[in-house]
Amino acid sequence: MLLIPCPWCGPREDDEFTFGGEADFPRPAEPEALTDEQWADYLFMRDNRRGRHREQWCHTAGCRRWFIVERDTVTNEILGAGTYGGSP
Amino acid sequence: MQFYSLPNLIRRGLRGHRDWTPAWRKAQLRPSYDVIIVGAGGHGLATAYYLAKLHGVTNVAVLERGWLGGGNIGRNTAIVRSNYLWDASAHIYEFSLKLWESLSQELNYNVMFSQRGLLNIAHSEQELHDLARRVGANRLNGIDAELLSTEEISKRVPVLNTSPDTRYPVLGGTLQRRGGVARHDAVAWGYARAADALGVDIVENCEVTGIRTANGRVTALETTRGEIRAGTVGLVVAGNATVLASMAGIRLPILSHPLQALVTEPLKPVFDPVVMSAAVHVYVHQTDRGELVLGAGIDAPVSYDLNGNFRIIEHVLAAVCELFPIFSRVRMLRQWAGTVDVCPDASPIISGTPIKGLFMNCGWGTGGFKATPGSGWVFAHTLAHQEPHPLNEPFSLDRFTSGALIDEHGAAAVAH
Ligand SMILES: Cc1cc2nc3c(=O)[nH]c(=O)nc-3n(C[C@H](O)[C@H](O)[C@H](O)COP(=O)(O)OP(=O)(O)OC[C@H]3O[C@@H](n4cnc5c(N)ncnc54)[C@H](O)[C@@H]3O)c2cc1C
Ligand SMILES: [Zn+2]
Repeated sequence: MLLIPCPWCGPREDDEFTFGGEADFPRPAEPEALTDEQWADYLFMRDNRRGRHREQWCHTAGCRRWFIVERDTVTNEILGAGTYGGSP
Repeated sequence: MQFYSLPNLIRRGLRGHRDWTPAWRKAQLRPSYDVIIVGAGGHGLATAYYLAKLHGVTNVAVLERGWLGGGNIGRNTAIVRSNYLWDASAHIYEFSLKLWESLSQELNYNVMFSQRGLLNIAHSEQELHDLARRVGANRLNGIDAELLSTEEISKRVPVLNTSPDTRYPVLGGTLQRRGGVARHDAVAWGYARAADALGVDIVENCEVTGIRTANGRVTALETTRGEIRAGTVGLVVAGNATVLASMAGIRLPILSHPLQALVTEPLKPVFDPVVMSAAVHVYVHQTDRGELVLGAGIDAPVSYDLNGNFRIIEHVLAAVCELFPIFSRVRMLRQWAGTVDVCPDASPIISGTPIKGLFMNCGWGTGGFKATPGSGWVFAHTLAHQEPHPLNEPFSLDRFTSGALIDEHGAAAVAH
């Protein structure tokens, strides 16, 4: 089990949260301008990193806000948490 | 290779079993090979075997960072079936199932393939409709599939709670009689022994750390035991597919998650078939020794951790106790996890890459054990001819660009 540090509510058990996948790939502003390869890259391709991983979580059963967590995907150690635009 | 047979067992037994030799050599790593396969899991070893056996390519190395069979091949719940929905999947899984039926003879190694039947049960009208549709699709593809009523299921598995007033009422289900289980370690060992006998070098404790290319071609691998040259490389590393692909600058649509399983203390035999319920995420069978083997679900977050979240186990066991009240006081012996490589359409990638000579066989996710023989067969063809076998053509990496996905979530993602 993970203890997820919600920036607003503090550390809570992971069953209060929903995992939202990798962070840092915004939806392209003009999808129609992309090639099929670029669109496939946005839709499907992921870093799936072994080690430091920036990811999105939602505090579904709490404040219902989305935020960013940095976690080691091998040890599950939480390395930091922050809001969008803030740190990390 | 020493042939395993009853006369040989008796003959050597009379001599005190002193002259058995190891099933495969500790191979000396050479500086260059025609083909290198990365990953000594089931799929990698099967590929090496069929390369040597069917294509005469014997200058082959299988590199394994840990020990042979220490990955998902030795961690799965060993379920084998072919009742997938779409033609592309049905064809490759059924091809595999046919290979399973003679695998012990083929390898001269008892993989304990046991066609005890496989039951998928439905707890809602919708599920029953979906299963009925799948039975229809299976039959059109020549795959054995039957729809069963609640009474027929109850007769087949009396320990299953089929009374109407339970939390998960059983409304019906499907049976694939030719489905079953196999001894997963034996599959790895059997392929390793047979490949070794044909000259394949299997090298353990050799981690691939880099992929060298020149002019868009693969030329060599960097490993913890030095550089090894090869013009053709097959990456067959399951949960670590993205890590290896990224060494060659290739991005994959794969996410790695822990998948857990458990085994109980042995009981007297109480039921024959494998029982699977997609809705409550239970799949269970009883081994020949009497233990119950139970599979769980994946952790939601991406992770390479080999523990798995305890909550997932609680969820599965709660459902198991509802479905099989008789198991409520059985004790668990062990729990473990493997890192599974999940594709967005729950189908594998068996494909070339933008780099010439570099091929991938991955994305089998939670359900690749059953495909081990067929996957090895078609991947060996792909490596030998540098182009896909007709059975794996639909499973190319390009499908994520063309949009020709093979959506097997109904038949694959939850169940195994
Ligand atoms: C708990 C669990 C239950 C499952 N149940 C079923 C089931 O009932 N039925 C079914 O069909 N499937 C099931 N599966 C899925 C199935 O086990 C896998 O799809 C299949 O085993 C993957 O192929 P493999 O055997 O080649 O993988 P693996 O055995 O994982 O082989 C990959 C190998 O690559 C090696 N490797 C990784 N990185 C490197 C590197 N850098 N250098 C060298 N070597 C490297 C690894 O050490 C590993 O040995 C289950 C999986 C799990 C975890
Ligand atoms: Zn919160």
